[in-house]
Amino acid sequence: MPVRVQDAVFDAGAELNAFSGGNGVGAVVSFTGVVRDTDGTLAAMEIEHYPGMTERAIAAIVDDAMARWTLMDVLVIHRFGRLPAGAPIMMVATKSAHRADAFAAADFLMDYLKSRAPFWKKETTAGGSSWVEAKDADEDALNRW
Amino acid sequence: MNVMYFAWVRERIGVPSEQLETTAVTVSDLVAELSAKDERYAVAFADVSALRVALDQELSRFDAPIAGVQEIAFFPPMTGG
Repeated sequence: MPVRVQDAVFDAGAELNAFSGGNGVGAVVSFTGVVRDTDGTLAAMEIEHYPGMTERAIAAIVDDAMARWTLMDVLVIHRFGRLPAGAPIMMVATKSAHRADAFAAADFLMDYLKSRAPFWKKETTAGGSSWVEAKDADEDALNRW
Repeated sequence: MNVMYFAWVRERIGVPSEQLETTAVTVSDLVAELSAKDERYAVAFADVSALRVALDQELSRFDAPIAGVQEIAFFPPMTGG
């Protein structure tokens, strides 16, 4: 269950290839989150986190996913620090014998990482900086599981 | 106890963390004690429904007791992913 919290950039393609093998693996699902520049004004996104709690919270979410679905492995990478538009922020990958487990677990992991892992995003544009607000829909998404 | 603040809570209070001695019984008591002490806290804690609290790195509640807790953190709802 590799979990990495880092400021360094990562290569999502290389990570996925390295993750994908293994006996009995029949399905690999991945998600990569990217710094979105909605209207062309974003200078950077700052991601703050809570060292210590971040790793514990992600490990607990991964453990939960491993208990709910039949998975061979889970990969979680999440960055912090100042990231430019278009940069990868995070990725999740899951692998299983059959696709249903890998898809569901990846979806679950993303819902929980969004609202239960202690990261906070701040967007900086030419006009100033503002913290990204959590959406009610993000919290509601947890009730699906 | 080590008290930590993240994101806009940190910005409003002006420090990332501080060591505090308190006789507060619950998180809410500590919030009231700090808010009475200085305007910075009163502003940051004006609406605790917009905040989350973690006790020793586990999400908790504002009515939770804090006896024996070594690290308490206040922050807005998380925006990971």
